Amino acid sequence: MIDTLATVETPEGVELAFSPAGPVPRALAYGLDALIRGAAELALAVALLGLGGAGRGLFLIALFLLEWAYPVAFEVLARGQTPGKKLLGLRVLRADGAPVGWSRSSVRSLLSFVDFLPFGFAAGLTAMLLGRRSQRLGDLAAGTLVVHLEPLPPAPRPADAEAAPLAPTWPLTLPEQRAIMSFAERAPGLTPERAGELADLLEPLTGARGGQGVARLQALARGLRGAP
Amino acid sequence: MKQEQFERAHRQEWAAFEALVAAPAGSEALPAAYRRLCQHLALARDRCYTAGLIQHLNGLVLAGHQLLYGSALGLAPQWGRFLAGGLARSVRARFRPVLLAALLFGLPAALLPLAMVRDPALVYLVEEPGSLAQLEQMYQKGAGRFGRTGQAGTDVAMFGFYIWNNVRISFQAFAGGLLLGAGSVFFLLSNGVHFGAAAGYLTQAGLGPQFWPFVSTHSALELPALVLAGGAGLHLGWALLAPGRRSRGQALARAAREAVPLVYGAAVMDVLAACLEAFWSASALVPAAVKLAAAAVLWTAVAGYLALAGRRRA
Repeated sequence: MIDTLATVETPEGVELAFSPAGPVPRALAYGLDALIRGAAELALAVALLGLGGAGRGLFLIALFLLEWAYPVAFEVLARGQTPGKKLLGLRVLRADGAPVGWSRSSVRSLLSFVDFLPFGFAAGLTAMLLGRRSQRLGDLAAGTLVVHLEPLPPAPRPADAEAAPLAPTWPLTLPEQRAIMSFAERAPGLTPERAGELADLLEPLTGARGGQGVARLQALARGLRGAP
Repeated sequence: MKQEQFERAHRQEWAAFEALVAAPAGSEALPAAYRRLCQHLALARDRCYTAGLIQHLNGLVLAGHQLLYGSALGLAPQWGRFLAGGLARSVRARFRPVLLAALLFGLPAALLPLAMVRDPALVYLVEEPGSLAQLEQMYQKGAGRFGRTGQAGTDVAMFGFYIWNNVRISFQAFAGGLLLGAGSVFFLLSNGVHFGAAAGYLTQAGLGPQFWPFVSTHSALELPALVLAGGAGLHLGWALLAPGRRSRGQALARAAREAVPLVYGAAVMDVLAACLEAFWSASALVPAAVKLAAAAVLWTAVAGYLALAGRRRA
């Protein structure tokens, strides 16, 4: 498989698959968060710094909270998403797929200081590129993953009953059957030319090329799915 | 069973589950429905059903998993238990790295002033003359933060500064542990050296009567906080250097989980220390003798807490 999927086994004994987010979307999310934090700091500076000593004290406390509490609070309370991650469709999860709690989120935020070293997140980037699940050092220590949050894939549509199902001319193994059914599932999303190209690979089975080959494969898939 | 039959048999159940996980409030029906769905996913994989169906079920199981395996305990009871004894238990469980951190900070802090009694010029090895002059000015009678009689604004400003600065130092002392412990060692040693130099220099300059009452109270929390955070960092570093019978990654993840309570404790102590430093230590209204007495009480209390708290329900 060339997919960069990370799988974890749940206590129920099934495997869950995630797609970990690479350095670029994560850097963008970090940049957005930095912009949001910078804007908040600017607004606070304008509002508080004119108020003398007490304002200066409050400003420094707010600065401290924005620096350290901002990522942790959002990751724990907003289902693993800081505003930047939300815009990029990313999410922090425990390495076993469960939501992050305070302690893991704190570890990964605290250690981002080391990921930054020696400059510009070089250490974190190296760790992400070396590992299979693109975890920075803080993620490794905390046991967390940053994954792409995909919308729930739609339920497969029931086969339309127009064309009659077709039986294969020779026995197919399970993976072969699965490939044909998956092709039929994806064919509506492909251009006709590309679908024809793929169907041509199975000319020995279908005995047809191009559009007709696609139609034959779809009929075969209906038979394999068990459509009436 | 053909995929079509399988889908027809369970389609309604999946739609119901989708509604269940989308509902804001948790439902009693979720665990059972979730387990049935896990079974369906496993069956779909085993029977080589299509990728579309498997992805749909994977997405549903993932959503259910998120709801089912969260932290159940609210934040407030966790913190209550933590402060009532969990912190002290964690510190005792990590006794060796914490002791090492205490030595790394305490030895230079104690030995440097002693050495400076014999050779006062030693201080110039570690501090700039300019910053020493500044330090001396700060503790002159009536200057800077002394002789304040309740200018609330300045107190709050200093409070904010102490929080922003001191908690950050503790956090960095912890995070530095990821560099095989070297970062923690550096932060502990350098803070120990600077503290020792300041203490030795000011005492020799005859400013001890101003300096000691000022630092003694809040340092009862601030110095242990730095030591705890540094010890937590050393624990991380040691897990990387000597992972034992685990892989380095596993050892690191485990050590980080064990070290987190110490960092939380350090942050709490730093915030309390900042309160004391801003509103009590710097106040000119409190006589020096009272400050020293309070310091003795606080040091005893911190030591007693770390040594004794949380032993009963261990």
